[in-house]
Amino acid sequence: MTSSDALEALLRPPAMDMPPYPPKAITLASGETMVVRQVARDEVPILLEAIRPLLQMERDYYDIVSARLYGELLAYKRYRVLDEYCLAGLINGELAGVVNGRLVDAKVGMSYHTLTLRRGLRVGSHLFAAKMEYHIDILGQEEVLIVAESPIGFRRWMIEYPLDKKHEVQHELGGVPSWVLTVDTYRKAKPRLCAGRRPVPEELLEEARVIRVPEGETAVVQFYGKEEAADDGLQGGAE
Amino acid sequence: MRPVAILGAGMTKFGRSDSTLADLMSEASVAALRDATMGNRSVDAVVVANMGAARINRQTAIASALVDRLNLFPAAAETVENGPASGASAVKVGVQAIAAGMADIVLVTGVEKMRAVNNLEATDFVASLSHPEAEYVYGVTLPSLAGMFARLYMSRYGLTRRHLAMVSIKNHANAMRNPYAHIHQEITMEGILDAPEARVNNPPIAEPLHLYDCCPVSDGAASLVLASLDVVQHLDRPDSVVMIAGIGQATDTHAVHERSEPTELSAVRLAADQAFDRAGVGPGEIDVAELHDAFTVLEIAESEAAGFFPRGEGHVALEQGVTSLGGALPINPSGGLKGRGHPVGATGVAQLVELTWQLRGDAGARQVAGAGNGFACNFGGFGNNVVATVLRSERRDHG
Repeated sequence: MTSSDALEALLRPPAMDMPPYPPKAITLASGETMVVRQVARDEVPILLEAIRPLLQMERDYYDIVSARLYGELLAYKRYRVLDEYCLAGLINGELAGVVNGRLVDAKVGMSYHTLTLRRGLRVGSHLFAAKMEYHIDILGQEEVLIVAESPIGFRRWMIEYPLDKKHEVQHELGGVPSWVLTVDTYRKAKPRLCAGRRPVPEELLEEARVIRVPEGETAVVQFYGKEEAADDGLQGGAE
Repeated sequence: MRPVAILGAGMTKFGRSDSTLADLMSEASVAALRDATMGNRSVDAVVVANMGAARINRQTAIASALVDRLNLFPAAAETVENGPASGASAVKVGVQAIAAGMADIVLVTGVEKMRAVNNLEATDFVASLSHPEAEYVYGVTLPSLAGMFARLYMSRYGLTRRHLAMVSIKNHANAMRNPYAHIHQEITMEGILDAPEARVNNPPIAEPLHLYDCCPVSDGAASLVLASLDVVQHLDRPDSVVMIAGIGQATDTHAVHERSEPTELSAVRLAADQAFDRAGVGPGEIDVAELHDAFTVLEIAESEAAGFFPRGEGHVALEQGVTSLGGALPINPSGGLKGRGHPVGATGVAQLVELTWQLRGDAGARQVAGAGNGFACNFGGFGNNVVATVLRSERRDHG
């Protein structure tokens, strides 16, 4: 082992064995199908490319959420956060949204962020539910610690599920104290909020194999319009 | 009474706007004034339609503010508040002023900036139009009234959630062709009703109404320049002109439960009858209609109450494609309140802006071929104050 390998071993947290998230397919209101699947570390750069234009967008707290997610994804890619994972929603192979989180220990999970690139189709809601499904149904955890950084997030998670307060615990993202999704809350909310079909047909899986930066109606274009987004360089070369 | 023409029409994009209330009013007004090409004529009066600025934007006397912003001194100015029917009421006030000879040219602008508050506050502010002791105090909101109305309508006439979804899909598709529309999102029956995921995509709001049965909360403004026909005849205008052919208005009980038959929208029927009578046309002569589909069920119910279809058969016409773009009577080619959006004070004016464009042949990808007569229903309260308007495209008399 070289000295740099030895140093890396000191910097890299020891990983827990995490069963993978089995992909699923969700029919959206538009009739399009979104495939939700796990993101591998070597796919992170394409996610960063898609997220970069949102770093400038103040509306609905996209700037802070995307900046934090950007850092968390880098940490995932470079093994700097313990037991982190990332799921993506893909429509025709285009990135529609991203969620991530990590394991605190075998029983407790921690939700990090939910970022929607295609708005108006409840993509964020579906992906957040997939994240909860991963923690409770797939990883067999007992609870997930959650905070919201935007009013939309607060409505979607704290009110819609609804989550319980666990204010005695400080969430890793800082800010307000934690809220918590328990197994019981999840089971009650699942019929309303968690959707999707498995197994995903082979042709859909193939379509979702390579993640592409969205070119159509992204959040930036939806907010600013095509011309203004291009003028401001907000599309990050997507169009 | 002097005949009244629409000299200019304009609007902002509806949706969520960063502009101030004054900016929204100004943008729509300037668009309409530019469209009017009035030469050296000036505006005699300004009427602004608005429902909630005093409450949600902390701003009153906004007609005076618009005059000041656009330097329209010394034009007379007043604000009209008539709930969600404020827009068409303001147009009626403008028409009355011209018809009575008190003004030659009137600028009518409807505006609302609802996204200044969150959705809960916006829903509450609109709910303040309900009966304070019999409805509001018990937590009634407009979606809940519409939900009860829809359930009753379904039980009476065999309407199903599929019919409601058809209205929504149609109006979303129309809105895709309207650059001013709030919602640019095509939806499908599979996605909002048939697929197992539809329960998440289209959650209940007030059963049997779901998310895609309800209009969005929007910001926006729309504007018309009205003029007496003799003024128009002295301007360099195209050969045809859009006339306000007839306006009708009627009221009903404040509390919905006090109506002997709550599914009967008698104020819509009476207002439409008046408007048709004054215009000298019948429902069968209307080529395009803009109806107040704040909730999908209302498009169907209003289409019957206005006399386009027999009672209980509006959904059959919908099924047959009669109300689609390309059908015999396209309803809500703009996308309606469901797709274009519903800034409450602006909606009634926006309906007439759309009809003006339709009758001029300026409606672009959503143009109804050969439209000569248009009808709008601006539904205030929960049907307790309704303004109906008939517009007609007429050949201009060059004298």
